[in-house]
Amino acid sequence: MQGDSFFFNALVYLSAAVVTVPLAKRFGLGSVLGYLIAGLAIGPFGLQLVGDERQDVMHFAEFGVVMMLFLIGLELRPALLWRLRVPILGMGGLQVVLTTGALTALAMYFGLPALMAVAVGMTLSLSSTAIVLQTLNEKGLMKTDAGQNAFAVLLFQDIAVIPMLAILPVLAVAGVTSVNNAPATHASTTWVAGLSGWEQAVMVAGVIAAIIVVGTFLMRPFFRYVARTRLRELFTAAALLLVIAISMLMTKVGLSPALGTFVAGVVLANSEYRHELESDIAPFKGLLLGLFFISVGASIDFSLIAHQPGRMAIIVASLIAIKLAVLLIVGSIFKIKYDQNLLFAFSLAQGGEFAFVLLSFAVQNHVVSSEVANPLVGAVAISMALTPLVLIINEKLIQPRFGVHEKGELVADTIDEENPVIIAGFGRFGSVAGRFLRANGVGVTVLENDSDRVEVLRKLGLKVFYGDASRHELLHAAGAETAKILIIAISDRETIPHLVRMVKKHYPHLTIFTRSEGRTELFELLDEGAEHVYRETFDTSLKLGTDALIALGFRSFQAHRASKMFRQHDVNATQFLRHARHDEKEFISLSRQRIKDLEQLMLAELRDPEIHIDSGWDVNHVMREFGTNDHH
Amino acid sequence: MQPEINPERNPSKNNILILFAHPALQNSRVNKQLIQYANGLEGITVHDLYEAYPDFYIDVKHEQNLLLEHDVIIFHHPLLWFSVPAILREWMDLVLQHMWAYGVTGNALQGKKFFNVVTAGGGEELFQHDGYHGNTMVEFLAPIRQAARVCNMEFLPPYVVYGTRNITQQAIRQYGEDYRTLLLALRDGHFDITSAHNRHKLNSDPSSPIHPVKDS
Repeated sequence: MQGDSFFFNALVYLSAAVVTVPLAKRFGLGSVLGYLIAGLAIGPFGLQLVGDERQDVMHFAEFGVVMMLFLIGLELRPALLWRLRVPILGMGGLQVVLTTGALTALAMYFGLPALMAVAVGMTLSLSSTAIVLQTLNEKGLMKTDAGQNAFAVLLFQDIAVIPMLAILPVLAVAGVTSVNNAPATHASTTWVAGLSGWEQAVMVAGVIAAIIVVGTFLMRPFFRYVARTRLRELFTAAALLLVIAISMLMTKVGLSPALGTFVAGVVLANSEYRHELESDIAPFKGLLLGLFFISVGASIDFSLIAHQPGRMAIIVASLIAIKLAVLLIVGSIFKIKYDQNLLFAFSLAQGGEFAFVLLSFAVQNHVVSSEVANPLVGAVAISMALTPLVLIINEKLIQPRFGVHEKGELVADTIDEENPVIIAGFGRFGSVAGRFLRANGVGVTVLENDSDRVEVLRKLGLKVFYGDASRHELLHAAGAETAKILIIAISDRETIPHLVRMVKKHYPHLTIFTRSEGRTELFELLDEGAEHVYRETFDTSLKLGTDALIALGFRSFQAHRASKMFRQHDVNATQFLRHARHDEKEFISLSRQRIKDLEQLMLAELRDPEIHIDSGWDVNHVMREFGTNDHH
Repeated sequence: MQPEINPERNPSKNNILILFAHPALQNSRVNKQLIQYANGLEGITVHDLYEAYPDFYIDVKHEQNLLLEHDVIIFHHPLLWFSVPAILREWMDLVLQHMWAYGVTGNALQGKKFFNVVTAGGGEELFQHDGYHGNTMVEFLAPIRQAARVCNMEFLPPYVVYGTRNITQQAIRQYGEDYRTLLLALRDGHFDITSAHNRHKLNSDPSSPIHPVKDS
């Protein structure tokens, strides 16, 4: 790509996205549909702003799917993955087998030869990981039964691509067309080409094992080493490097890059760098997926539709109908509740991005002729574009009429429980608050940006994540959407007001607890909207004063009550001064006056029981009226 | 945290202040539900003392102002060691000040009605002269009654829920409804104070239910 045309393309793609996606969101259509519409608009059948390079763009943007699976892996701790084994293998396997069978039968009914029909059936049995997960995430449905099961099925499909890539050439060998051409370019560049099947299997197992071992033992020291430089962009670079390196490695051994990064993600899910990695990769993933959706939109071949509208409509309709029917059956076999099953089935009823890869691979291998493949590619793209619409129809028209409303379901079905409290900064201050909350059974997510301290705390068995809490994405990754309270205990006092402002802007529902050095900072933080601000030395200082009084011979309860009174007056004075502080002169004179008033008041109370609030405990007070026993 | 002092008073109605004290409400079964029947009623202020003053640093001035704004004062609490919970005892020490609540010039509470709403783990049969506790509930409340007298308040018999250790859910609901009926009758001036003095508790019972007295 030349420099000029690169920037022109970037201009076109970015403008299309910026114009259409907010509109689509505004009308409740979701971002995926927005990107697809943007693609249609700039494509050969819209404004014709993009040309043939859109295939390259799509190929490049598929890397977004790889990143998405890395992020999904990060969310899935190995234990959680193990718990999902039944849906993954059972539902996923059943869905792929049944759908392949049904679509093969249909293809044969339409007159395709048996082997070609099998290839088509397999290819179309896959759904779109990108569209489904993005849409469900955006609607907040990932943690429902339907979301989790859809995810399990998609995961199985991603794994199933590997054997499919292996089977396709075999179908060609046995098929009607002779294959004297070399195997696809795909295979020829890999290390495994030329190895026997048995050797390939060993190679693949070895690479996966290597990812797990390296991820478990080497990645954490590596990230700690990078984090110590305190250069944020370097950490981002390291995260990207990790994802890209794994993708390359997987391609070399002929495996799906998405699968490799997924495994790496799972391995790193328990590490302290999880949230930081998430927030570093997420923007790239988002942009690339957006680009991917745009290129899907741009690749829909309207000439084909215009040419044979009836035929395309039948292909798309039967593709969606068959997948829907199979999914509903699979869902009911695995006893998904009715509402959830509808959502599950509707969300997965489309062709997937792997169909593009598999179909072109099949054409290269002469398993499927391009006359058959081209309309199928179109149908898959259309079915993908229809998914967000289909889900909206399900949500607005079908669920309200036929859905059984199961109350509280969303709550009960959550798997990865988010903590109600996030603590930013786990030094001396944050750790006491955090330990106290944990000791009372309150879950806390801890963010700390000193990598050495993270290491120590982890060794002590605390769940601490590395990262800079003033980054919006990191807070998001730590669960700011669902948390109730944010405790800001970072040691860099300068950044606290900025952090408060950022949180109030993006997460207004969070109640902020933080500390200030003195009154000036206290006022500033209150003005920024922090709800609870504590002067960090105030209570300690007052406690010291109380103990000093006791050491001087005051009764300890008297000193204790005096400190309470002092504290109450000081809090009142602080509130009063907050409103007067903008005039510096007035502020100083008022402060002086208040301090003097308070001292005099307390002294007066010591001397004069009439005005002392604890006068109820002062017998002299009553004696003055009723006299003493001395009269007897 | 502390209830606001209500500036608007309806002169034809009695304002009621419930000073509620339970040191471990999170573990309570009866009081937690009972207080719900008093919450949110117009003219009735529920003041949760342990919630307002967890460190027992009672705001005396605020408490005195609250008292001035109400006509009926209630101590609502479980019976702990045959007396009120510690914070209520502290509250009495500090809020009922000489020269304000009692003494020659202390008449701030004069004429206000006062009673306890009290729950007890043991059954009513234990609170008899020949029962295990040897004294009636009214007898156990003698210090409170005398304090009310010194402050020139009109002391009424208590509203009592006995046997809370094995009370049924249905019974709690009935007590709750009964409590609310009592509060509303007091607030709206339908309560027969004179005959109440002859009873040993304010609970309605089938033989002598709380029945509204017709406005004359």
